Amino acid sequence: MAVTSAGATRADNAPARPRKNRTFLVLNIISIVAGIAIWWGLSLAGLQFPTPAEVVSAAWKMIQDGTLATDVGASLGRVLAGFALGSVAAVIVGFVMGWYTVARGLFEPWIQFFRTIPPLAMLPLVLVLMGIGESPKIFVIFLAAFLSCVISTYQGVVNVDKTLINAARVLGASDGTIFGRVVVPASTPFILVGMRVGLGSAWGTLVAAELLAAQAGLGHRMQSAQLYYDLPTIFVGIIAIGVLGLIMDRLLMIAGNKLTAWQENR
Amino acid sequence: MSTPKISVRDVQKIFPVGKEPFVALGGVSLDIGDNEFVTVVGPSGCGKSTLLNILAGLEQPTGGTALVDGKPVTGPGPERGVIFQQYALFPWLTVRENVEFGMRTAKVPKGERRERAEHFIRLVGLEQFADALPKTLSGGMKQRCAIARAYAVNPSILLMDEPFGALDALTRVRLQEQLLETWSKERRTVMFITHDVDEAVFLANRVVVMAARPGRIAEIIDVDLPYPRDEDMRLSPEFGALRNRVWHAVYHQRQIKEPAK
Ligand SMILES: Nc1ncnc2c1ncn2[C@@H]1O[C@H](COP(=O)(O)OP(=O)(O)OP(=O)(O)O)[C@@H](O)[C@H]1O
Ligand SMILES: [Mg+2]
Repeated sequence: MAVTSAGATRADNAPARPRKNRTFLVLNIISIVAGIAIWWGLSLAGLQFPTPAEVVSAAWKMIQDGTLATDVGASLGRVLAGFALGSVAAVIVGFVMGWYTVARGLFEPWIQFFRTIPPLAMLPLVLVLMGIGESPKIFVIFLAAFLSCVISTYQGVVNVDKTLINAARVLGASDGTIFGRVVVPASTPFILVGMRVGLGSAWGTLVAAELLAAQAGLGHRMQSAQLYYDLPTIFVGIIAIGVLGLIMDRLLMIAGNKLTAWQENR
Repeated sequence: MSTPKISVRDVQKIFPVGKEPFVALGGVSLDIGDNEFVTVVGPSGCGKSTLLNILAGLEQPTGGTALVDGKPVTGPGPERGVIFQQYALFPWLTVRENVEFGMRTAKVPKGERRERAEHFIRLVGLEQFADALPKTLSGGMKQRCAIARAYAVNPSILLMDEPFGALDALTRVRLQEQLLETWSKERRTVMFITHDVDEAVFLANRVVVMAARPGRIAEIIDVDLPYPRDEDMRLSPEFGALRNRVWHAVYHQRQIKEPAK
């Protein structure tokens, strides 16, 4: 692509970026190594923690006998199912709310009300109503993802720049075209932010739901390890939850950046 | 003159603000001929944008009628292109896709769309940036893209609301010259709003000076300078005299006793 005058000013600070990024990365690595060292030191100094070596060997055992894969699979399956359903529903409801005042009036009180309830607090009710299979867990995760994402989608639709809508109107766009070609792309950044928050909330809710009621999954594994005072397994669970959460968040962020690369000043 | 291209007949616009309604336009009448270039100047808040939005079909007058080609304006239409001060480019579309937007809504076949987009992108000198996103363009380039986008649906009227208002003085002058050049190649009826008296005189066949409270036309000044206009024209005594007249009409309005409308 041709270099623009604006592009030229941007190029001025381009060499600074990678250098800054590298320093940052080095600091990150130092921090992680130091953290593990302190943990190791503390566990050797008599704290009840297992050493990193013990945790790694526990993880290795769980990888070899397949329990880790089963647990991760169970947890991921639930969170992805709930998150996908929740996001799709949130985008649909959010658009409808943003586009039609009537729908906004009807949906808003319920969404505001349920937003103040931690999705997990619905679990006892959901367990009674839906039994102890997969569906209650997926439903609670769905709720968590939906409630986080719906408001931001709706905000995105409401905040679409009025001049862009006018620009489309004077170019002959019908309401349908304005919706599809202006409102939807303009609210994508809001939706993606909502989805990231929704994914975080879904993941948190999932693990907690598994702690309370599940036959498999990372939360369940930690719960049963607790009975046997099996600290290394609990550590493996915590680390797996953190790493998976981070990976999912980053993947969503990368996808989001690709989709909204058109945004100014990023 | 035959039927004017644009005819504004006693147009009023009253905004219901609080208890006392606000008269943004208190009976404005104006005829603009085919292919005429009219600029509108006036103090902030005198209703320039309101008048333009009514002609664009984005707002309804509360009184009087706005006619285009003899027919009352009821909404936006393809014969009227609008260029906004804030560029209003779709940031997720490239220059080319922006320019093609109006033709897509008009269901112009792809081949012709491409060709026409290409033509107008070249006309405003953005051919090297056809596939660039707006965020990589400077302000002047964005506005040129917006001009190409408006031209591409082939409107017979261009309504421009302070299109160069956000640009630096140099870019502004360049774009003025370019706009006149484009206009001389592709004649259109133009209504161009500005705050800048020089700009108003440089571009126009006629300068409409508006006054505020209530929004109304204070004076209409003919600019009988020949086109094409260039830098020498800008520095000529004739230009200077006209500019002074417009300047006076705009900035010494307070001395005029407010007419009881
Ligand atoms: N939607 C609205 N509701 C109430 N008042 C409005 C509305 N739109 C415009 N006005 C008022 O009408 C008056 C004229 O507005 P308009 O935008 O047409 O002014 P303008 O001449 O374009 O000013 P500027 O040069 O600052 O752009 C202003 O005083 C403004 O406050
Ligand atoms: Mg204005």
